[in-house]
Amino acid sequence: MKKKMISAVLTAAMLAGMTVGSVLPVSAEAAEEGKVLNIYCWNEEFKSRITDHYPGYEEVDATHGKIGDVDVVWNITPSDDNAYQNNLDEKLLAQADAAADDKIDLFLIEADYALKYVDTEYTMNVADLGITADDLAQQFGYTQDVVTDSNGVLKGVSWQGCPGLLIYNREIAKEVFGSDDPAEVQKAVADWDTFKATAATMKEKGYFMTSTTNDAYRVFSNNVTSKWVDGTTINVDANIKSWVDMSKEMVDAGQTNTYDLWSDDWSKGFYPDGKVFCYFGPAWFYDFSMAGDTEGSIANQGGWATTEGPQGFFWGGTWLCGAAGTDNASLVKDIMLQMTCNADVMTEIAKADGDFVNNKGAMEALSTDESFGDAILGGQNPIGKFLAGIDSIDLSNLSNYDQGCNEEFQAAMKNYFDGNATYEEALEQFYTAVIEKYPELTKPEA
Amino acid sequence: MKKKKAKGLGIGPRRVIAYAVLVLMVFLCLFWFYVLFVNSTRSNGELTRGFSPVPSDNFVTNWKNLMAGTLPVWNGLINSAIVACLSAILSTYFSTMTAYAIHAYNFRLKKAMFTFILMVMMIPTQVTALGFVQLVTKLKLEDSFVPLIVPSIAAPVTFYYLKQYMQSNLPLSLVEAARIDGSGELHTFNMIVLPLMKPAIAVQMIFTFVSSWNNYFIPALILHADKKKTLPILIAQLRSADFLKFDMGQVYIMIVFSILPVIVVYLFLSRSIVGGVAAGGVKG
Amino acid sequence: MNQKTNNKKAVSYNKWGYIFLIPFVVVYVVFQLIPLFTTIYNSFFEHYRSGLTQIGPNFVGFDNYKALLSQGDLLIYFKNTMIMWIMGFVPQIIVSLLLGAWFSDPQLRLKFTNFFKTVIYLPNLIMASAFAMLFFTLFSDSGPMNSILINLGILDQPFKFLSNTWSTRTLIAMMNFLMWFGNTTILLMAGMLGIDTALFEAAEVDGATSTQIFYKITLPLLRPILIYVMITSLIGGLQMFDVPQILTNGSGDPMRSTMTLIMYLNKHLFSKNYGMAGALSVLLFIVTGVLSMIIFKFTKSEND
Repeated sequence: MKKKMISAVLTAAMLAGMTVGSVLPVSAEAAEEGKVLNIYCWNEEFKSRITDHYPGYEEVDATHGKIGDVDVVWNITPSDDNAYQNNLDEKLLAQADAAADDKIDLFLIEADYALKYVDTEYTMNVADLGITADDLAQQFGYTQDVVTDSNGVLKGVSWQGCPGLLIYNREIAKEVFGSDDPAEVQKAVADWDTFKATAATMKEKGYFMTSTTNDAYRVFSNNVTSKWVDGTTINVDANIKSWVDMSKEMVDAGQTNTYDLWSDDWSKGFYPDGKVFCYFGPAWFYDFSMAGDTEGSIANQGGWATTEGPQGFFWGGTWLCGAAGTDNASLVKDIMLQMTCNADVMTEIAKADGDFVNNKGAMEALSTDESFGDAILGGQNPIGKFLAGIDSIDLSNLSNYDQGCNEEFQAAMKNYFDGNATYEEALEQFYTAVIEKYPELTKPEA
Repeated sequence: MKKKKAKGLGIGPRRVIAYAVLVLMVFLCLFWFYVLFVNSTRSNGELTRGFSPVPSDNFVTNWKNLMAGTLPVWNGLINSAIVACLSAILSTYFSTMTAYAIHAYNFRLKKAMFTFILMVMMIPTQVTALGFVQLVTKLKLEDSFVPLIVPSIAAPVTFYYLKQYMQSNLPLSLVEAARIDGSGELHTFNMIVLPLMKPAIAVQMIFTFVSSWNNYFIPALILHADKKKTLPILIAQLRSADFLKFDMGQVYIMIVFSILPVIVVYLFLSRSIVGGVAAGGVKG
Repeated sequence: MNQKTNNKKAVSYNKWGYIFLIPFVVVYVVFQLIPLFTTIYNSFFEHYRSGLTQIGPNFVGFDNYKALLSQGDLLIYFKNTMIMWIMGFVPQIIVSLLLGAWFSDPQLRLKFTNFFKTVIYLPNLIMASAFAMLFFTLFSDSGPMNSILINLGILDQPFKFLSNTWSTRTLIAMMNFLMWFGNTTILLMAGMLGIDTALFEAAEVDGATSTQIFYKITLPLLRPILIYVMITSLIGGLQMFDVPQILTNGSGDPMRSTMTLIMYLNKHLFSKNYGMAGALSVLLFIVTGVLSMIIFKFTKSEND
């Protein structure tokens, strides 16, 4: 078995540089398996990765492809209104009764709700697919924490890592600190106390420290020491409370705002007249979301730079899960191996698509690659900094309820920051909203 | 010159006020279309900058990007057209029939039936949505247009409007006259009642067409194959695109693209309403 | 068709009443009544999803109703819904009647009425979600509305439209107004089309003022359609959902002062909470029924 797999990887690696290969390492095995591979996802990201990088994938049309003699069917449901999860839930629950060709084989999930699927028997153990610890050795630890169930069993894999950094405005750094060197700037944002002190300095000079309180939220919520839910009781971690306190102070002092992420007000800091010192985000954020292609934006002038900031965190990412009951187990396994364990394929993805790929070796090699300097960051190669921060991400306190709790908490606290409620009232509203979403939970006794 | 007999404001000032209000309303109505158009001329980066009233020059680029993408935009247009047209036609035809049954005939269950339909009209549509989707799954009607079209036959709100309209505008003497001329009941309905109801039917056709065209919630839960998706699902899919492909410029141009056909249909149907020609038949 | 004039027995015609009702009844029973009965049935059960795990159904009697009614939040959401509905509906019906009266007033002789009549419905063609996107852009802190107000000297710093209860409610009411007043006007106009213009002319010859014509001729003849507009608008108002949902991102903020009943219902759909959602639906149905009955009673004339 193992030998076969290694040869598959080797063949794939050889094919990786070429366009569509016609001889397929998996076709022999797949012959005994189902003829239809159903993949469930919410956008075309993974489809384009497979199309471009999986050896032997032939595109038939927008939602169909072929791997050898297996038909690949992409079942795309947008995530608006929770439609993706609603659909996936119904399909997974009906999986046992579905005809072999209708069964879900592979589905994609995001970190915020990963445990909802991972912590069930509907998701296959990665080990049961025949993927070994050796295969996974190069992956970053946190990407595995996200999809490890409550018994410590790994249930999914990802080709991306999305560690985040503090992204600061070079012009403002030069004016305020006299230098835009990451090492110098890091001193002013090394921990939350200095961060707050710097925010006050920024305010004096007429700048906002961040665009919104929500910018820093992930950094706090990725570094909690307890889960959102203890038994069935909702629990607000001390670190989350520190985010509330810091945010309230900063909003009251006019050092930041309460905008929603992705709103027009929030993104005005992408331009010099927005006067925003820093954002928090991973590589995809500054590469694709900060208006780098637009004349006059800071990104367009290479005016950003990155530093580790107060704490490590991640933002985004997509994980692959094998659905229990799949009739294409070996193909699912091969896709996982090729896309998330094969260093050559992953290096190719990093170069072609700009993903921070989930492979230590590949990323370390790129961290010293001069050509990997980023124009948006004024030529800085940030990969070393990402690698430095990535190990500090500790996700041992994820829970099934994270998506609902994180969303509702930020929404409720906005009322407190805006002065429409006291902290207690906002907290009460948070409890109400979470219990509506998860009726089995209760609020802590006063 | 007309002599002014009315007390209060004269015709002149009243006309000025009327025009002023109308012009304001026209501005409030058309302004949004201008904003949509302007936004569709901007690139994703430019849109992060906030609104500007001056169009930019990315209209063609956005359009090309949308066409070059993998979304089956034209298919979506055809699907939306099929679903919305058939819904509008079935809904108005059968609602008129239902209204006519209650209006023109006397039978034992008439009152009970009318009350029943009024009651079910009050049930929020969201209430039965989940049960409806489960039912559709059980009937194996997923990825089919049937569950999006056929239920529109039973449209209590449309029925109620047509019933009210008949009360004012459909004299039963006409039906009697038709009977005396030997017209069968179905024939009378199709050839005499339907034409008389034209303005009301046109109104409800527009409403049904528009709400079906813009419907997202139920279709998103029922249609999964790309070839079957309607325009609102494709728009939602554009909006949940990954960061590499995320492009608000494309979203806006897609919105413009999906509004244009409705405007055409509306202008076509609205002639029967605002044209000012009352339907034939007897008056008063 | 060559059936001769034998209308002796009305009964033979009246069976057509039943025949014409068949399509409605069949479709309704299959696609609406079955889901509806499940809804009511479910309201007596504890029945929801925790992640992918099904909880229940366990029979709990009226517990869901008790839970909903004892919290008192329901009353707040009802109040929010009614406030925002009235804020949007009152200007809507006034403008619609005014436009209707002007368009049908023979003295005014307005020009371009077809253009005006056509344009007013156009906002309804824009999807609510697209409409909300535009509102976000225009009313953001750094958006054009704030710049205009600051440039005019009305404000000295940006006003946070969506962080303030009354401005958020006003924006919601405004969106509803813009999206639906054309709809109401069209309904009324279609009703007015049926009125014989000779009636207006006769009244004018008799020396009636335009106000008199409106009250004595237009309104009474429009009555059935007006009742329809009132009832459906009330029902639509109680079911207000998409505009506040999208504009506040489902939160009903600030502090749930814009949370409507259906938004609350929608919260329970997240966990597929058939029990609570069912009970809420039944309550909603009762409230709508009672309010509609009141309108029916008020508008019922003697000879009906």
